[in-house]
Amino acid sequence: MMGKGKPSQKSASSFSLKGTFIAVMLLGVFILASWFGAYALFIAR
Amino acid sequence: MSTKQLTFSKQESTLYMVFMHVTFVSLLIGGLMGLLQTLVRSGKYTLPFNIDYYTILTVHGVILGLVLTTFFIIGFQFSLLGKTVGISKKQLRAAWLSFWVMLVGTVMAAITILIGEASVLFTFYAPLQAHPAFYFGLAFVIIGSWIAAITNFRQLYVWKKANKGQKSPLLAFMVTINMAMWVIASLGVATAVLIQFIPWSLGYAETINVLLTRTLFWYFGHPLVYFWLLPAYMAWYAIIPKIIGGKLFSDSLARLAFILLLMFSIPVGFHHQLTEPGIDPTWKFIQVVLTFMVIIPSLMTAFSIFATFEITGRRKGYRGVFGWFRKLPWKDVRFLAPFIGMLAFIPGGAGGIINASHQMNSLIHNTIWVTGHFHLTAATTVILTFFGIAYWLIPHLTGRTLTAKLNRLGILQTIIWTVGMTIMSTSMHIQGLLGGPRRSNFSEYAGGEQVATWINYQLAQAIGGSILFIGIILMVYIFIQLAFFAPRGHEEYPIAEEESDALPTPKVLENWYLWVGLTIALILFAYTIPVIDIIKHSPPGSVPFSWPIGRS
Amino acid sequence: MHFHKYEKIWLIFGSGSLIVFLMVLGFAAFWKGTHPQSHIETIDPQNIEAHEAFQAENLGLHEVEDGKYIVNIVASAFNYDLGKDENGDIVKTIRVPKGSSVLFQITTRDVVHGFQVAGTNVNMMVEPGHISRFETVLKNNGEFTIVCNEYCGIGHHLMFGTVEVY
Repeated sequence: MMGKGKPSQKSASSFSLKGTFIAVMLLGVFILASWFGAYALFIAR
Repeated sequence: MSTKQLTFSKQESTLYMVFMHVTFVSLLIGGLMGLLQTLVRSGKYTLPFNIDYYTILTVHGVILGLVLTTFFIIGFQFSLLGKTVGISKKQLRAAWLSFWVMLVGTVMAAITILIGEASVLFTFYAPLQAHPAFYFGLAFVIIGSWIAAITNFRQLYVWKKANKGQKSPLLAFMVTINMAMWVIASLGVATAVLIQFIPWSLGYAETINVLLTRTLFWYFGHPLVYFWLLPAYMAWYAIIPKIIGGKLFSDSLARLAFILLLMFSIPVGFHHQLTEPGIDPTWKFIQVVLTFMVIIPSLMTAFSIFATFEITGRRKGYRGVFGWFRKLPWKDVRFLAPFIGMLAFIPGGAGGIINASHQMNSLIHNTIWVTGHFHLTAATTVILTFFGIAYWLIPHLTGRTLTAKLNRLGILQTIIWTVGMTIMSTSMHIQGLLGGPRRSNFSEYAGGEQVATWINYQLAQAIGGSILFIGIILMVYIFIQLAFFAPRGHEEYPIAEEESDALPTPKVLENWYLWVGLTIALILFAYTIPVIDIIKHSPPGSVPFSWPIGRS
Repeated sequence: MHFHKYEKIWLIFGSGSLIVFLMVLGFAAFWKGTHPQSHIETIDPQNIEAHEAFQAENLGLHEVEDGKYIVNIVASAFNYDLGKDENGDIVKTIRVPKGSSVLFQITTRDVVHGFQVAGTNVNMMVEPGHISRFETVLKNNGEFTIVCNEYCGIGHHLMFGTVEVY
C-alpha cells in the first residue's frame, strides 16, 4: 500500500507523534482564528 | 478486536446491496434537484412545466438528507454487523422488513412531494400543512429504521451470549451506539409526527402547538446529523487504518469518543432554535454549553486519525516530522475520498462552533452560510467517506473487484467533488455572512447594491453546482460498473486490527445501562424544564395553512 | 485506557479554547444582555390586533425619544406590513439616523417567518402565537435589505423591505 519500506514490529508507543501534535495544534489555531474572526464581525455590526 | 471476519451468504449480500441501490438512485435524483436549484438561483434559468422551486428544494432535502443517508447507513451498518457478529435467518427477515417499510414510506412521501402536495421542505415546519400521506410516509421511514435498530441490538446481544466475557467487536459496538442514539432521538420527531401532525393533518385536531413541534423536531434534528457522521467516524477509526496498512490507534479511545458522541449529541437541539421567541435564553445557553461538549470527541478523533497515519508511516520507515504524510496512499481512492472528507471537516467543524455560539448565531442564522456549512459536513465529509466505503463495499457484495481503471475514475470523481464543493460552499459561506438568505428562490428583493452582490455569489454557486453534478453522474457510473460490470473476483472488506501489545479495553466502556442511563439523564436535564415552560405558556394553537405551499 | 502525552496537551488546549469561547459568550449574554432574541410574550395568532402594537395605525416606525425608535411589524405570507405613510401609501423602507437605537417588534398572523435585516445582527424567527423583539443600535450607514429567511411558502422570496441608515 505505502510503497517501499518494510513494516517493523516495533510497538506503536515507541514512535514519535510530533507530526500529529503539530497537525492538531494547527487545527486548533484555525478554529481559534475563525471563531474570533466571526466574533469580530458580530461585534462590528 | 476479533480478527475473525465472517463471510457473507448470497442472501446477506443481496440484502445489503438493495440498500445501496436505493442510495445511488437517490443520489442521482437528489443531485439533479440540487443542480436545478443552483441554476434557478443564478437568475438565468427558469424551471420547465411550471415546476415550483420549493418542490425541487423539498425533494433535494428529503431525498438526500433523509433517504440517501438513512438507506446507506442502515445498509452499511447491517454489513458491518454481518462481518463482525453475524446475522441469523430470522434477523435477516427482520432486516428485509425494515427495508420494505422504509421504502414504502419513502415512496409515499416522494410521490406526495412530487405532485406538489408537500412543498414544506425537509423540516416541514407547522403550521404549513402538507397532505397527510407525507406525514404517514415519514412515520413509515422512522418505524422501518426502528425495526433495523432492534435487529441490530439483537445481533450484538446474540453474539455476546455466545461469546461470554469477550468484548464486542469495535465496529459492532459503534453501530450499536449509533442506532441507540437514533432511536432515542427519533422518538422526538415520531412524537411530533404521530401525536401532533397526523391528527392535525387529518382534521381531528383543529390546531397545533408550533413551538412544541419545532422543539421536538430539533431534539431529533441535531442527533440526526450525528447519525450521518458516526458511520463516517466508524470508517475513519476502524477501516482507514487497514487501507493504509496500519493498525487501530486505540480501541478504548475510539469507544470513549463514541460514548461521548452518544451522550452529547442529543441534549443540544436548542442551538438550532437560538433566535426563536418563547424559549428562555438561559436554557438556550445551557444547551450551547452541552453542544460544546460534543466537540471534544471530535477533537479526540482528529488526534487519533493523525496518529494512525504517523505511526503507520513511521513503522514503514518514513522519517522527519511529516515524512509519513507524503507517503500516504494518495492513489488509492478508498483512502483519498475519505481523506478529503476529513479535511472538509476542519472548516466544517470550525463553522459549526460559530453556528452554535449563542448570540453570535444571529450572524448566520438561516443565511446561506448554513447551507454552505452542511454542504461541507454532510455533503463532503460524510458523503465522500460514504463514497470511499462504496468503492470496496459494492464490489465485495457483488463478487467483483475495484479495477485500476475504476480506481482512477474514483480519484477523478473525488477531485471533481472537491473543486465543485470548494467553489459552491465557499461562495455560500461568504454570501451568508453578507446576509443572503437560505432556502429562497431567485429574487432581487428591493434591488440595490447588497442584493446585486448576493446574486454574484449565486452565479458562483451555479458553477460549483454544475461541477458537482458532473461528479454525481460519474459516481453513479462507477456504482453501476461496480454493481454489474466490473470483473469477477474478491474485494477485501478492510477492518483494522488492534496492535498486538494493545492495552486491554476497560469493561466499563461496554456498560450499556450506564451510558444510555447518563444519556437519558442529560436529556431530561436539558429539556424537562424548558418543555414544561413551552407547554404551560403556550399561546392559542395554529390552524393549518395549505395555500402558502400552493395546495388548493 | 491510555492517553498519549501529546493528546492530553491537545485536549486541554482544545477544551480550553472552548471554555474561552463560552466565557466570552456567557459574559456578553448574562452581563451585557446580548442574548439572542428570546422574547417571552404570547399572542392569539388569530387576533393579533388585540395587542396595541400590532393595530394597523401603530405599525411602522415611531420615535419614542431622541435617537430611540420602535418599529412594529406584522408578517404574513408573503408580506411585511410596515404601516402606511401620511399619504396613505404602503411603507417599504424604514429610515433612521446612524447611531439610533431601534427596537424591532414583530409577530405573524399565519405561518412561521424569519426577519433579518441583512448585514446587521437583527435576525429572528417569527412564530405564530409569539412576539419577537430585538433591540439594537444601528452603527453603520447603508441600505440593508429586510429578508424573510425562514421558508413560509411559494412566495417566500417575495417578502422583503429595506432599512436605510443615514
